[in-house]
Amino acid sequence: MIVELGHFILVLALSVALVQAIAPLYLMRASRDLSRNAALGVAQRAALLQFVLVLLAFGALTYAFVRSDFSLAVVFANSHVAKPLIYKIAGVWGNHEGSMLLWVLIVAAYGAAYARFGRVQDGFAARVLIVQGWLGVAFLAFLLFTSNPFARLIPVPFSGQGLTPILQDPALAAHPPLLYAGYVGFSMAYAFALAALTGRAEDAAENWAKRMRPWILTAWIFLTLGIALGSYWAYYELGWGGFWFWDPVENASIMPWLAGTALLHSALVAEKRDTLKRWTLLLAIITFALSLSGTFLVRSGVLTSVHAFANDPERGLFILAILAGFTLVGFILYGLRLPQLAPDRAFQPVSREGLLLANNIFLATATVTVFLGTIYPLILDALGGGKISVGAPYFNAVFAPLTIPFALLLPLGPLLNWRQGHLQPLQSRLVLAAAAAALVTLGMVLTRGASVMVVALFAAALWLLFGAGLDMAQRLAPYRHRLVRFWALPAGAFSAPLAHAGLAVMLLGILAATQWREEIVVAATPGQQMEIAGISLRYDGLRDVDGPNYSAEQARLTYLSGPHSGAHLFPERRFYEAERSQTTEAAITTDLTGHLYAVVGEPSGDKRVLRVWYHPYVAFIWLGALLMALGGSFALATRLRRSA
Amino acid sequence: MARLAILFFLLVSPTHALDPDEALADAALEARARALSQELRCMVCQNQSIDDSDAPLAKDLRVFVRARLQAGDSDDAIRAAVVERYGEFALFRPRIAPHTYALWATPLLILLLGGYLGWRMAGKSTPQNTSTDS
Repeated sequence: MIVELGHFILVLALSVALVQAIAPLYLMRASRDLSRNAALGVAQRAALLQFVLVLLAFGALTYAFVRSDFSLAVVFANSHVAKPLIYKIAGVWGNHEGSMLLWVLIVAAYGAAYARFGRVQDGFAARVLIVQGWLGVAFLAFLLFTSNPFARLIPVPFSGQGLTPILQDPALAAHPPLLYAGYVGFSMAYAFALAALTGRAEDAAENWAKRMRPWILTAWIFLTLGIALGSYWAYYELGWGGFWFWDPVENASIMPWLAGTALLHSALVAEKRDTLKRWTLLLAIITFALSLSGTFLVRSGVLTSVHAFANDPERGLFILAILAGFTLVGFILYGLRLPQLAPDRAFQPVSREGLLLANNIFLATATVTVFLGTIYPLILDALGGGKISVGAPYFNAVFAPLTIPFALLLPLGPLLNWRQGHLQPLQSRLVLAAAAAALVTLGMVLTRGASVMVVALFAAALWLLFGAGLDMAQRLAPYRHRLVRFWALPAGAFSAPLAHAGLAVMLLGILAATQWREEIVVAATPGQQMEIAGISLRYDGLRDVDGPNYSAEQARLTYLSGPHSGAHLFPERRFYEAERSQTTEAAITTDLTGHLYAVVGEPSGDKRVLRVWYHPYVAFIWLGALLMALGGSFALATRLRRSA
Repeated sequence: MARLAILFFLLVSPTHALDPDEALADAALEARARALSQELRCMVCQNQSIDDSDAPLAKDLRVFVRARLQAGDSDDAIRAAVVERYGEFALFRPRIAPHTYALWATPLLILLLGGYLGWRMAGKSTPQNTSTDS
């Protein structure tokens, strides 16, 4: 009954979304102010109602998962009674249909949030909600017509097939909602861009860039956290400590992130300096198009297999239609409006605008590189050029030299004035930062030794870190006598410095973890000792342990030296009964300076294969991502407080 | 999303491949073998290098790479031998050749084009730079 109600409510949500998308358009055509206000009123109420309805439908599906209602096809295919409650709930979005419902829920949530909290009540706000309404229509239709989560099975199966064991993980339960909140959040950028392009000669009074910024910041923070969480999950779950594979699935998420990062910065210029507006509008459309194509092209499988469309032509074509439709409408409106858009205001190359433009050029190049690397094999194959692979070595080869000038220029941006900047007043401090970076790099070269590229990257990352510190010092200078009362300091003083320092910390983590990783592989008998990164370990043997829905063989290793001397590591190999599959659970000692990462492998005769890695400073990678998200949050907080 | 993750799981399954008996005694040669292995694609498992894969074919290739290294072959000769057997699909780092010029050159071209357009834009819209007569 609840399931049927959920299905019905979803149909109702589609009709409400249609009202949100169409009714205000008619009302806005009327010239009287009364109708114009009515347009906004209708759009706002429809957006709120749509959200409530989708939330109810989502609740109905969650209920079916929690109750293990195997009469539902998705529950049967993705759940099992012998599964912890949290993974029954996470199972709601652990499948195609449910995750699309989550996607629709987030689309509706952004629309409702804007309807409820958008501060300026004008025609622009109505147009944003109309675009959001059309997005709701498209995705609800996709859900109902091709991916109905409420489809029943007859006869009702006795038991479910379970959720893939490696997805039964807290990080992966949170990963999709965060990622979707990021992807979908960029739909707000798209909606704002379209609302700006359909206004009266791009009404300056509407100040779309200013109104867009908190929403793209929100999306960016979520996407940053979502990608970082996915990377951390891959690190500990996949059994050897890889954190990024340049896999098409990952590339699909990093493209909107790179474009979205560029958008954050160009929207700042558009807001503060009334320039780069045409580029920002285009970038807003592109960022959302990348969010869409990333999610959907991977989902339909086109990136890994060209035949995926044939497997499910209906879904694939629907997806393609949504992607092409929204992107084309965006580009056409942009093309039509471009001649009327105000020309950009003047600035010097050496100015904050100039440096932010350079940031955009680098990030755009990075985005194009990922895009090209991902689709080049498909295009070449389609043109009859043969099958090639584009993997991690290609992306590393392009990104390493690209990162160096990017990181070198980056700290200068926030230190320069708008319009026309001067470096002379900062000269002594910049020299100090450069000298500090050079000194630490020299120390690294003397103790570790590294290739020229690694040394250059290392130095650039340190320069970026010290530059961010310099930036924060400059921003806090007016408050230097009141630093103790840190809660009273302006949040804006921390936003850019923290985010930029986060990037530096991440770069340092990536360099250390990839360059100085150590690894041992041994076939061990109990009592055997091994040595890695100056630490002695002893293998004590195996025992069987049982979890809630799995059985495992667990090895024990003991630290014989170092700060953890006497402590144990318990790597496991788990066997999941219901899903008939196996996972590797690494045992990781997480120190800030490095992780010891132990994995128990297969039997080798009467011995047992053990693999132990030392990943130096690997935590810096995700710490850096957290700092970036924190910087974004400070920026968001400043913005919300100011406009309150 | 989970489908993405499952797909991802299939691509990068939770195993690490190198067996204890495979490694070469010569550390320098073994380091070269590892580096080379990470650039060679396992042909039966999507998107894994032979260094990461536990497929029998990947193991064969790892042994092959090490045998050729011990015989004194250069990295390029080994890559060429692998390509001869399995085609260019086996290389994660595409060769620089006419059919991949666009792949390797585009990032640089985009950067140069962006730099040129950006510089022109910043310069053009600045009053001082437009008065070139002086």
